[in-house]
Amino acid sequence: MSEPVVALAGVGKRFRKSGRPALDDIAAEAEAGSITGLIGPDGAGKTTLLRLIAGLYKPSSGTLRVAGRNGAPEPGTLGYMPQQFGLYEDLSVAENLDLYADLQNLPRSQRRERMARLLSFTGLEPFTDRLAGNLSGGMKQKLGLACVLVHPPRVLLLDEPSVGVDPLSRRELWRMVRELSEQGMAVLWSTAYLDEAARCSRVWLLDEGRLLAQGPPDNFLAEVRGRCFRMPLGETGRRHVQALASAHRGVLDAQIQGRGLRLVLEKDTPPPDAKEVGAAGEAESVEPRFEDAVVARLRGQHASETEEASGHEDDWRKHADGDDTAIETRELTKRFGDFTAVDRVNFTVRRGEIFGLLGPNGAGKSTTFRMLCGLLPASGGEARVAGFDLAHARADARARIGYMSQAFSLYGGLSVRQNLNFFAGAYGLYGRGARQAIRRALKDFELEPYAGASAAGLPLGFKQRLSLACALMHGPAILFLDEPTSGVDPLTRREFWARINAMAERGVTVLVTSHVMDEAEYCDRLAIMYRGRVIASGPPDELKQTHLGRLDASLEDAFIRLIEAQEGPAAAEAPA
Amino acid sequence: MIARLFALVIKEFLAIWRDPRSRAVLFGPPLIQLFLFAYAATYDIENARLAVLNEDRSRESRELVARFTASRGFEPVRRLTHVRQIAPTIDRQDAMAVLHIGPTFAADLKSGNTAQVQIIVDGRRSNSALVLLGYAGEIVTGYASDMAAENDQPGPPAELVTRAWFNPQLESRWFIVPGLVGTLTLVVTTVVAGLSVARERELGTFDQLLVTPLRPLEIFVGKTVPALAIGVIEGAFIVLAAIWWFEVPLRGSHLLLALSLVLFLLSATGVGLMISAFARTQQQAIVGSFLFLMPAVILSGFATPVDNMPDFVQALTYANPLRYMLVILRGLFLQDLPGDLVVQQLWPMAIIAVVTGAVAVWLFRHRLA
Repeated sequence: MSEPVVALAGVGKRFRKSGRPALDDIAAEAEAGSITGLIGPDGAGKTTLLRLIAGLYKPSSGTLRVAGRNGAPEPGTLGYMPQQFGLYEDLSVAENLDLYADLQNLPRSQRRERMARLLSFTGLEPFTDRLAGNLSGGMKQKLGLACVLVHPPRVLLLDEPSVGVDPLSRRELWRMVRELSEQGMAVLWSTAYLDEAARCSRVWLLDEGRLLAQGPPDNFLAEVRGRCFRMPLGETGRRHVQALASAHRGVLDAQIQGRGLRLVLEKDTPPPDAKEVGAAGEAESVEPRFEDAVVARLRGQHASETEEASGHEDDWRKHADGDDTAIETRELTKRFGDFTAVDRVNFTVRRGEIFGLLGPNGAGKSTTFRMLCGLLPASGGEARVAGFDLAHARADARARIGYMSQAFSLYGGLSVRQNLNFFAGAYGLYGRGARQAIRRALKDFELEPYAGASAAGLPLGFKQRLSLACALMHGPAILFLDEPTSGVDPLTRREFWARINAMAERGVTVLVTSHVMDEAEYCDRLAIMYRGRVIASGPPDELKQTHLGRLDASLEDAFIRLIEAQEGPAAAEAPA
Repeated sequence: MIARLFALVIKEFLAIWRDPRSRAVLFGPPLIQLFLFAYAATYDIENARLAVLNEDRSRESRELVARFTASRGFEPVRRLTHVRQIAPTIDRQDAMAVLHIGPTFAADLKSGNTAQVQIIVDGRRSNSALVLLGYAGEIVTGYASDMAAENDQPGPPAELVTRAWFNPQLESRWFIVPGLVGTLTLVVTTVVAGLSVARERELGTFDQLLVTPLRPLEIFVGKTVPALAIGVIEGAFIVLAAIWWFEVPLRGSHLLLALSLVLFLLSATGVGLMISAFARTQQQAIVGSFLFLMPAVILSGFATPVDNMPDFVQALTYANPLRYMLVILRGLFLQDLPGDLVVQQLWPMAIIAVVTGAVAVWLFRHRLA
């Protein structure tokens, strides 16, 4: 093999004199014709590393060679697509491409042919006249990629290109990048999706600015082989079993997967006894997944910090009152002008259930969700939430729900305590009741050390805790979660779901929208939406069984099969 | 309900106060502007550059020139020797005005003929030119009647005696500073209100707000109180500065002034919140606020009288709260404007506040991303 295209030796980066460096002593190489996956928790230094390689930062120490040159790469050898790619939303697809061609000095003579190739490569041909601002998340990313590729680079840096992109578009994006690497490009792909990383030729695992591990995904898998198990679960109390198993000595990870519990154990540790944790059968060994390996690695690193959310059960209001239906929609419809975003949707969510609303961008799940939260009035049909008809008693229904959206929507300038104070007041708590609720939130979500800090400066995991704490301030009967862990690293996601599970155990109903399929595995039941309609619903295992005939398949496969069945394999995406 | 409102108002204050930038923007620039505008924006002219072409060289003509140079309005900068020099002097703006006394000035005076004096002013600055012509006219008239008295000739048959009421010295600061109470508070209040909803929409917190049991009217009140409070505090400060620092008399009722200020700022908050509820981003809200503020200030009578504007523009000014407030401010400061005349200006502002407020409340829930 010839010289690697990207070579880092002892590379470090410090932004501030004191404290820990953003990157410390990174030594790694990436070769032409390969895809290197950059993974690690939020704040691990993935973006900083990409920006160093792109020549946007200078390293504080060490040497960096890109395409055979020290320091800043030669113009044209490197393509960099940041998380927020600078598309001009008021320009059309073709105009954006033209602009980037001008910026990169693509000669006029080559332009026509190059544009045509890029448009067909990205599948954007039918949309050349559409304004970039009106594209869906997935299409925007494809256009961003096309703009970077105007001048084919030798090194392509992609910073989390698949965040906020639905599974179908995610696969297409992957296929495109794969094709590029086969043509000899060296690709560095940073991602929070471990299934993507598992398909890379090499993986760099970063944590707190250090390169924790690197190598082909198979090496990672080999490490946890024989340490992964699956325990069958009974009809009820699945989350209780999970909580018990997680707390068991030697268990690094315990995740509900349909009707089974997936366990990752420490080295040389036997799986817990089925009776002891209340599982329906003994554990059997299963093939490891890449995520198991990464979680095991990171858990080893953060051994003391990964306390699962503990239940302070007596403090929380129990929701045992009233009938058993928490949410019910009947022929619920929403029209925007001529466009029917939600078309006669029917479903029922029982009290204490975790119910998932899935679908690609533009399928109508967000619109449904917003109607149920009382953010949008319905154009037709009925919706009852917590026993209130949304057509007549929206404010009353709102008092019984908690809401957490994908954007971190708290008041960043306010301190943690001021945020809690505000939401307590907004939900009509005052005096002793408010003080108690705030004390309880600070304690249960372990936010006390941060009480005086500005919310904007919190680490992501804590921001998420605070969001949840605010949404739960008033002890709501129903919790609405909109893409709660989109782009969040696996450990933070686990901690978050441990809390949600604990809430559900206490009888809180949870409605979650998502296009992260892992997240859907946590749900008791799912409704899959496509083009405004519910096209399938049921427990995750049932969906896998019905649509793929296999239980060990991923939910994502089932999801894609379903949507392809609806529209044929060319089913691209609807505009957002 | 009270607990909810209280929480919202506290939150709004904290959001403004904890952001060091908004804290600086709220109080720094308006105070700087107050002093800047009060001192810089004046119609009074002092020491306008004057060139003198005196072809007469008599005692009489020197006496007239001396009156010009002694006046506060003119400052002699150049002596010309030939008529040809006049044009370039004005062209190059070496002087604002040229005083030209012909060779027969003294002879004409003595022979009882009308003696002519020419003053040439730079008409490119029409406002200043008019003021200078006024000054020059005064000086020449004074000179003529003194000359007449000296030579025992009868003075002019009729004489105009001027008395400026309410502002005897005709100090333009007395006119400008009360106006600043209105303009500066209008800007601050509109911008604070204009950003409040748009900021939350941009950051995604507005949805979070809408899913709480807070009702649109409560959100409106919660957003109004801080903007109003900031405007009133700033207005009060400017009024105090006007009285103690700029020594503008406040002759009218303090109570009426306070009441008018609150109602005026309420209408500004309404406009600001309406713009804010319509905007999707803070940038749109800022642009929207300034699209309102610029014409609101220019078409208010702050600098040029509304009566001078074309009819259809005058009709537009009826929707401008500042138009009414300026009448009240100048009325209460310089004269003791009676209550019924104040009320005449108050009710249009109340209508503006109610209409814009209602639109804002409606938009809170009906303009969703």
